[in-house]
Amino acid sequence: MATSDYTLAELLICAASEAWRHDGEVLATGIGTIPRLAASLAMLTSNPDLMMTDSEAFLLSEPNPMGPRPADFRPQYETWMGFSRIFDNVWGGKRHAMVGPTQIDRFGQSNISCIGDYAKPKAMMLGVRGFPGNSSNHANSFFVPSHNTRVFKDGECDVVCSVGYNPARLPKGYTMEELVDIRLVVTDLCLMDFGGPDHQLRLRSLHPGITVEQVVQNTGFPVCIPDDVVTTPAPTAQQLEVIRRMDPHNLRAREIKDNPPGDRSAR
Amino acid sequence: MNKVMSSAQAIGQLRDGMTIGIGGWGPRRKPMALVREILRSDLRDLTVVAYGGADVGMLCAAGKVRKVVFAFVSLDFIPLEPYFRLARQRGDIEVMEIDEGMYLLGLRAAAMRVPFLPTRIGLGTDVLRHNPQIRTIVSPYDDARELVAMPALTLDAALLHVDRADARGVCQIKGPDHYMDDVMARASAKTFVSCDELVDTTYFASPEEARYVYWERSETTGVVHIPGGAHPSSCNPLYGFDVAHFKDYQASAAAENGWAEYMSRYVGDSEAHYQQAVGGLDAIRTLPLPTY
Repeated sequence: MATSDYTLAELLICAASEAWRHDGEVLATGIGTIPRLAASLAMLTSNPDLMMTDSEAFLLSEPNPMGPRPADFRPQYETWMGFSRIFDNVWGGKRHAMVGPTQIDRFGQSNISCIGDYAKPKAMMLGVRGFPGNSSNHANSFFVPSHNTRVFKDGECDVVCSVGYNPARLPKGYTMEELVDIRLVVTDLCLMDFGGPDHQLRLRSLHPGITVEQVVQNTGFPVCIPDDVVTTPAPTAQQLEVIRRMDPHNLRAREIKDNPPGDRSAR
Repeated sequence: MNKVMSSAQAIGQLRDGMTIGIGGWGPRRKPMALVREILRSDLRDLTVVAYGGADVGMLCAAGKVRKVVFAFVSLDFIPLEPYFRLARQRGDIEVMEIDEGMYLLGLRAAAMRVPFLPTRIGLGTDVLRHNPQIRTIVSPYDDARELVAMPALTLDAALLHVDRADARGVCQIKGPDHYMDDVMARASAKTFVSCDELVDTTYFASPEEARYVYWERSETTGVVHIPGGAHPSSCNPLYGFDVAHFKDYQASAAAENGWAEYMSRYVGDSEAHYQQAVGGLDAIRTLPLPTY
């Protein structure tokens, strides 16, 4: 049963959890509160075969709730999974991460390193972290909490941290699909993927109350708009129950500015 | 063999221009007391190789660094390391910015004494554009695929912090992750290890203790006994990282003359000064472990 009383954060968690539905037995990694809750929701509902870490050094057979936990809480450990073993998993390809880049370009290349001149950046950010290796080894989805033309920028990213569907950068001996696997793009406006012609960014569904024009105006390059754009489904009561259990301190309420309702149509 | 030495003796073996690996990860199990000993020294022009945290930020702030080899520099709950950020945005330092896993492969190549290891990592990204010294090769087999030849990251010295060690250099890490410290020890000509506890060799006699030893003592050059020596980073399970101290440190980066004040207030002329300034060892040992 879909419900009408839900926040945008909760809508995005449910929408993002769809990224892992058909993945089978892979390591699901959600970086940040909403992607992590989305991965947890997927593991507890649509795909119980997923694997998940405790965000420190172990795999869990059940996801840990976010934030402080009661003293008698016992994580359900499954195996040791320190960082060196995370790389073993990454290089084998059995992982699907959802990450939040600062810039994404029309090829699906993304940036978390720095903005501006590389020798003397205007804004130093995280560094490339694991983006180069993740993107050439396993599936990745993107989460963008504020869909605008600074994130979805015209031209290439200032620093291309993750490989995208850019023919000019395809190394010898690979097809595009052998090297690159970008799945779902979840924003505060819509769901997209790179399934348009020649891997063009394509609109999949609009969140309740959002228009195609808003998506087009807030994306710095052309988006493929299919004839059959649907509305992102509202969370079900069961999904909301799982989300509340996984996020007992309501950390999700801080993730989107002003914590708006999920349906933004005029009331 | 007795490898016990003071932090001044350990850092005294480093030279200007050396390539120094620093163990741990972000704000976790960093050999901070050894880093502070570098801050107090005349060393300069260092190339620092680290999964970086405040170790990298402080060395940059103190002008000890010519080049940083990194994938990230972060304090976790403070995502962007404040002094590294300043140094980078001023263009003060050279960088070799590489993927976290490439970094592990570079250390492994050095540890295995091969010039490079082949990988898919970096293909199609600006890691190759900004690091022209990293070459690609073509597979000699039928696939003929292009691969990145991640060069060995050979270290002159590695600085690590562990829970406990004996005088012969048997080192134990009881925390949940030993990160890449074992590979770093192997990639390095010399490895200096600070430890929270110096124990007798018989401590490791039980397999339950010996299994938390991740490299052989032949990889350890010197052992420095500094209880609380990872502070303000964590040494799980002994203590967590110091959130209040890191916030203070972050604020100093935004203040005029902030680094000089941090140096005089905390780093001072000795580790005894430092520990007194941060409330003493008892305060360090009661810092709560983080919840992830």
